[in-house]
Amino acid sequence: MRSRYALRFLALGYLALLLGIPVALVFVNAFQDGIGPAWDAVSTPEAQHAFYLTLVMVAVTVPLNTIFGVLAALAIVRQRFRGRALLNAAIDLPFAVSPVVVGLALLLVYGSRDGWIGDWLAEHGIRIIFSTPGMILATMFVSLPFVVRETIPVLREIGTDQEQAAATLGAGPLQTFFRVTLPAIRWGVAYGIVLTTARALGEFGAVSVVSGKLSGQTETATLYVENRFQRFDETGAYAASVVLALLALVTLLAMNVIKPKEARA
Amino acid sequence: MPGAALGRGVAVAYLSIVALIPLAAVVFKSLENGTDGFWTAVSNPQAVAALKLTLIVSVIVVLINALFGTLIAWVLVRDEFPGKSIVNSLIDLPFALPTIVAGLTLLAFYGPDSPVGVNVAFTRTAVAMALLFVTLPFVVRAVQPVLLELDREMEEAAESLGASRATVFRRIILPNLAPAIIAGGGLAFARAVGEFGSLVLITGNLPFKTEAASFFIFSQVESDNPVGASAVSVVLLVVALVVLLIFGWMSKRALRHEE
Repeated sequence: MRSRYALRFLALGYLALLLGIPVALVFVNAFQDGIGPAWDAVSTPEAQHAFYLTLVMVAVTVPLNTIFGVLAALAIVRQRFRGRALLNAAIDLPFAVSPVVVGLALLLVYGSRDGWIGDWLAEHGIRIIFSTPGMILATMFVSLPFVVRETIPVLREIGTDQEQAAATLGAGPLQTFFRVTLPAIRWGVAYGIVLTTARALGEFGAVSVVSGKLSGQTETATLYVENRFQRFDETGAYAASVVLALLALVTLLAMNVIKPKEARA
Repeated sequence: MPGAALGRGVAVAYLSIVALIPLAAVVFKSLENGTDGFWTAVSNPQAVAALKLTLIVSVIVVLINALFGTLIAWVLVRDEFPGKSIVNSLIDLPFALPTIVAGLTLLAFYGPDSPVGVNVAFTRTAVAMALLFVTLPFVVRAVQPVLLELDREMEEAAESLGASRATVFRRIILPNLAPAIIAGGGLAFARAVGEFGSLVLITGNLPFKTEAASFFIFSQVESDNPVGASAVSVVLLVVALVVLLIFGWMSKRALRHEE
């Protein structure tokens, strides 16, 4: 029995030293001068703009990646076509790519000097790199696989019996999808959405490369944390981090609410 | 069915525009000056040092994860203690927490202002700690479900036949967990070699010392050397994909061995 306590002590000690205590300390540091300065730090125009821009990233990325995720999952599970295994493998690619490489890749397509279509974009006055569209593309790239990965197992699990029954009863493909398939896979999709949202909120590297980091213009919340820290405004960095950490905790909560339901389905 | 083909077409087009075409651009750029140019860029001493650091630290991090990830999964499944469900849900925190905040978090406790006087900032230890932080959930979450499903009767049978607890662990539990440990380790490795955000604040990114491969790429982008940046990116990408393939293959083999 003593070994049991030793293992527990070791596991919890590791978690506390790596995760628990350091995360708690961020909260302590943010409020070391009281709540007032922390609140002031996250309500400056720059901070507000940074959080607004992060919300824009989420608002554009999540719906697009969700639609893509469901379509791709349907294609991989329900259809037979050449290159299906390739598509399945290619979807996981963003998990194997460094965020910095994602940023570089976008520069090489859309950048004004090095980009494949950079000249054409410049001629037409379209700005993608060092502006919001590029940052959105970067966020879309890094969070691409989540909905697909969470939807595929659920789609396999439910089988095609009900869909076939609906089709026999005269439902069209769209009606079958919205009335039968989607309700059955909704928890898997929802879990994927939560993961996509978390990644979109927190992306740093890819966005950093394509943003140009103009304070108050192309600075998301995570870039704002770096900026504040490098300008020796520790309260600002810690306060913005607390907001992001609270969002992460909300995400965790959502994951815990959704996950068991998905398992039950 | 025309509807199905349309959906598939949209998915493939989206994937191509968002991910595949940009990645192809990196591969093309890395070969812009031919294979010689590629090798010149990759064999630059600073690039070699960065790649070496990233690979060595990633291997160490995967080994530590294999050990502690399995231990944590074990304690979460087989042990009972108050607050276990909270600990269980906090395991995913590194996936939910933005990486820049993860770096700041470690800096707060293990940086110059450390309340316990441990300062690892700007050292290779800091690189390893940041990578340990962000990869924590992979092995735990891979091993946990397998451990839950594991048949206790096998262990009891072995024990009743006189096997020691160490033997039971080595001969029965470990072979059953191996595929999951390997699979989780592969994902952790792929994540570790590309990691960027959590390293920004705590490693200082000193060339030849704490500069990881991702930072070398970043510095080459900033100093307008897209060919060098692309060449190292391709190396990093190939390493991640090869490791994922090998680990996936090993995981399947271990699974078959068990059957």
